[in-house]
Amino acid sequence: MTKKHYRRYIPFKTILTHLTLIFLSVITLYPVLWVFKMAFSPTQGFSTSLKGDYTLNNFITLFTITDSESNLLMIRQFWNSIFVSVISAFIGLVLATSAAYAFSRFEFKGKKSGMSAMLITQMFPGVLVIIPLYLILDNIGLLNSLWGLILVYSTTTVPFSIFMLKGYFDTIPKEIEEAAVMDGASQFTIFIKIILPLSRPALAITGLFSFMTAWNEFILAATFMGQEKYYTVPVMLQSFVGAFNTQWGLFAAGSIIVSLPVVILFLYVQKHLVGGLTAGGIKG
Amino acid sequence: MASLKLKNIKKTYDGKKFIIKGVDLEIKDKEFIIFVGPSGCGKSTMLRMIAGLEEITDGELYINDELVNNFSPQERKTAMVFQSYALYPHMTIYDNIAFSLKLKKVNPDIIKKKVEEVSKILDLDEFLKRKPASLSGGQRQRVAIGRAIIREPKVLLFDEPLSNLDAKLRNRMRFEISKLRKNLNSTFVYVTHDQVEAMTLADRIVVFNDGHIQQVGTPMDLYDKPSNLFVAGFIGSPQINSFKGTIEGTTFKHELFSYNLNKTVTHKEIILAIRSEHIEIVTENEDITGEVILIETLGNETILWIENNNFDFKIRLNAPDNKIKNGDKLKFKFQSENIHLFNAETEVRI
Repeated sequence: MTKKHYRRYIPFKTILTHLTLIFLSVITLYPVLWVFKMAFSPTQGFSTSLKGDYTLNNFITLFTITDSESNLLMIRQFWNSIFVSVISAFIGLVLATSAAYAFSRFEFKGKKSGMSAMLITQMFPGVLVIIPLYLILDNIGLLNSLWGLILVYSTTTVPFSIFMLKGYFDTIPKEIEEAAVMDGASQFTIFIKIILPLSRPALAITGLFSFMTAWNEFILAATFMGQEKYYTVPVMLQSFVGAFNTQWGLFAAGSIIVSLPVVILFLYVQKHLVGGLTAGGIKG
Repeated sequence: MASLKLKNIKKTYDGKKFIIKGVDLEIKDKEFIIFVGPSGCGKSTMLRMIAGLEEITDGELYINDELVNNFSPQERKTAMVFQSYALYPHMTIYDNIAFSLKLKKVNPDIIKKKVEEVSKILDLDEFLKRKPASLSGGQRQRVAIGRAIIREPKVLLFDEPLSNLDAKLRNRMRFEISKLRKNLNSTFVYVTHDQVEAMTLADRIVVFNDGHIQQVGTPMDLYDKPSNLFVAGFIGSPQINSFKGTIEGTTFKHELFSYNLNKTVTHKEIILAIRSEHIEIVTENEDITGEVILIETLGNETILWIENNNFDFKIRLNAPDNKIKNGDKLKFKFQSENIHLFNAETEVRI
């Protein structure tokens, strides 16, 4: 028997789509290549050429910088960022989830004005609250403390998180909850056993949003943290940019390290970002 | 095992517009009661008040002579099957059915036994490990029923449970529900707008309109002796034919015809109503005439749409009739024993 060969026919449209996507990817990713180039470059200069020597020196330097008390700064600051971001995201998520559920399901006085008030808080840029927050943190003794940052971060993301989550909760059919009421579930049980599992995608994206907001935040951290050992990574990165001389190699290496957790977190969260979780529950 | 008593029940959401305007009803133990009525008549709201999902604004609800106005659904021992199934999409069929027992912290072995029992009755054995999304509409509704009956409720409530299913499946599920009813000790209260369901399943039908009960009775009571024009029009398909006219002596005068009622009626203006199967085609001596404008052949029966001077009515023939053609001019006779008379003003039966 002879083996038949079928030529796979690829439609022109598919080829065109792929060419377009490849072109767009190159445009998007090429600048990132410069960052990698500079991170592995032996000099601290600013060069966009991809030619030249490659070395790990910048990374080694980064991880071995110490302060006057010989703390390993990079590891310390990286930990600060993780600690602050994870706890802020967690606290913010807990507060926002329960508040959003109440806003979505219960009727109470001030529901409408409450939602508007939260929108209004989003209208003011963060810099406007630096001075009041500084004074408040100073008064309660949380300047130069990671808990101070946690307090600020977890509360600032809450209004927007509530908005996102309320929008999602509104899409969960009420009948499912009524069925649970008939089955004898308390409001709390319904929240924990029905609503939260059905809200996985929204919780994942809101958590990621809160984490990234805290992770990337610079101005407040730079203002409230006076000592290097309390810096978060964005503040650390900024310190490589001097008034007269910028250490581009260290800056680039630092950027890569700072991006890593977000990339990893995104990959992890991605699998929760599935649609149709409520499919099958009701006739749709 | 439960009898229900509804005493002057009212419902309003805003304190002004009443959706239920005072309902009195007694439901006997193990009775199958069906609420029917047009959309927005309050039948579903009434059901939800019995369930305990809606607060009762005014009036009293008794289950087994116990006032339950402020009881939770759990305390009332009511269970409900929703129109939209309302299954828990993230749980398996087993967990869906077992949910209420798990909340009550029943021994897992007993739960397992009960779920198996219920799934056997409802033919769900093979789906227990699946999730609702992978089931068809009929299967999902059976899961919803299973979830309701596993608690052995005193009162089993159905809110238009079959209206999302296609016609064939609806027939099948209707049969399943009447079978289920024989196996259970619950009292059934069922809401539908489908009069076929109402006529075939109910011991007694309650017709709602505009927040009031229009009539309560057995399916044939409502069909044969509708207490007002609304009930007459709502029960029966095709809809009952009605003619508004005046009384002169014992004769009913309509624009198209006169009809001797052979009895005196005190009202001046009345509505004469007659069901389509109670009109006969005759060849002579009648002044009710009309032209055939549409013939609906349904196999075992034929519906003729008759028109005369902008008035139309329908008649039903029990067999297909090939001789009658569109455009034929025919004469008709009303069966005098099957005529319904209503007060033209109040639309109440005379």
